Amino acid sequence: MPEYMLSVNHVDGEPIPRSDEMERMFADVGAFNDKVREAGAWVFAGGLMPRETATTVDNTGDAPVLNDGPFAETKEWLGGFWIIDVADLDEALRWAEQGSRACGAPVEVRPFQAE
Amino acid sequence: MSDVDERVEAIFRAEFGRVVASLARRFGDLDVAEDAAGEALVVALERWPVDGIPPNPGGWLTTTAGNRAIDRIRRESRRDDKHRAAEMIHDPDPHEPTGPVEDDRLRLVFTCCHPALAPEARVALTLRLLGGLTVAEIAAAFLVPETTMAQRITRAKRKVAGAHIPYRVPAAADLPARLATVLAVVYLVFNEGYLPSSEASSGDADVRRDLTAEAVRLARVLHELLPDEPEATGLLALLLLTDARRDARFAGGELVPLQEQDRAGWDRSQIAEGHALVRECLARAVDTGVGPGRYQLLAAVNAVHTDAADARDTDWSQIAALYQQLVVVDPSPVVRLNRAVALAEVDGPAVALAEVDRLGDTAMAGYHAWHATRADLLRRLGRTAESRAAYDAAVEAATNPAEQAWLRRRRDQLAAQ
Repeated sequence: MPEYMLSVNHVDGEPIPRSDEMERMFADVGAFNDKVREAGAWVFAGGLMPRETATTVDNTGDAPVLNDGPFAETKEWLGGFWIIDVADLDEALRWAEQGSRACGAPVEVRPFQAE
Repeated sequence: MSDVDERVEAIFRAEFGRVVASLARRFGDLDVAEDAAGEALVVALERWPVDGIPPNPGGWLTTTAGNRAIDRIRRESRRDDKHRAAEMIHDPDPHEPTGPVEDDRLRLVFTCCHPALAPEARVALTLRLLGGLTVAEIAAAFLVPETTMAQRITRAKRKVAGAHIPYRVPAAADLPARLATVLAVVYLVFNEGYLPSSEASSGDADVRRDLTAEAVRLARVLHELLPDEPEATGLLALLLLTDARRDARFAGGELVPLQEQDRAGWDRSQIAEGHALVRECLARAVDTGVGPGRYQLLAAVNAVHTDAADARDTDWSQIAALYQQLVVVDPSPVVRLNRAVALAEVDGPAVALAEVDRLGDTAMAGYHAWHATRADLLRRLGRTAESRAAYDAAVEAATNPAEQAWLRRRRDQLAAQ
């Protein structure tokens, strides 16, 4: 069955949620994760540390070059994602609707390349 | 073009959607289906003038296209994946070559109108794959260069394949929302044909018959395939009752408004069919207790208009009541504007003008019908100077030359008063 990445972006300058909001979001996302697992659609999911923690490695030249920071300076950056295994886009979109509600942010749905 | 060629073209146009839909189900690939259907036409154009048109041309086209598709997959499988081709050739659910499977077209229309595709891509894909219009024809209809339209269609097909947009009729729970997307595409195709913008309407073609006819045909297919969906019935009724007036709508390159049309020029058989469908909707609404949706209400409005032997006999209070119901379903400024037009006939132009002016700070300020309605109400209230200014704004905002001509005449009649 096809796999999809459901990704959640952070946008620069968006206010940081209050701690009670954050707690509710964690609980909602936890419940959503359980549903994905129970449905057998779960492959993997994770939240990422802020992009200040990123290191970019470029070994396309003579020697590896390390850079402190993300590859591209953008206003939006990947905050977390789910990878799900479902029958088709309609199923992926239904999970995305629920995931978006749970994490309180828009969710981008992209198919993986077929193996 | 010979007679046979024309008949082949006509058959092909009518059968294209069925052939593509059947092949799309069988091979799971829109490109394969579309290309094979095109190749089958080439074969038909060679053979039929010599051998005669076969007794079941649709079945012949499906079989021929299916064989072409298998040839293509065999060729490609030598290059890449033999197993995939083997799977496809052994069709576990063989199609019926003599009678097209109706459900295939229904599946295909839901794929083409999937909400994950951009609205303009839905329209293009539907006209191409179900309507059998060429890319050049679709490009001309929507005033974009052919290469742009070709890219739009290619991109949409790539997304259908790459994102695994399913090829099936949605589950009952999702059907109303998904059907609304499909009906919106068909309605948009119709409206683009019914009042084309200036660049698309060449002198003698006030109405783009290719688009209006295609929309009516698609609406008919949807109604046949989903006879229990009241909004599909409503859309077919709406299109028939609107299309019935097309010949009376233009005279000497000028738009003729409904009230001034020669009603003898209306298509009586389309009106009779539309009225029967509206009655069917009403009976069902009574039976089920489910209120009519937007297309049924618009169809009912048009049924009232086409029911009047003379414009003066129009039952405006019923039209106002229908628009009142429609405002509840769809409180958009366009619907409120149309309700105001009916209110003018029931409660007088002053009441209507107040409502029209309340809409002035919405997006309506750039909409020609808003200015034209204001102009007419101001004229009836004797506020001539303001009316003239409103007609000027309406001419400015309108894009259809026949409509502009009519608005200019109304404006110039003011000066004579």
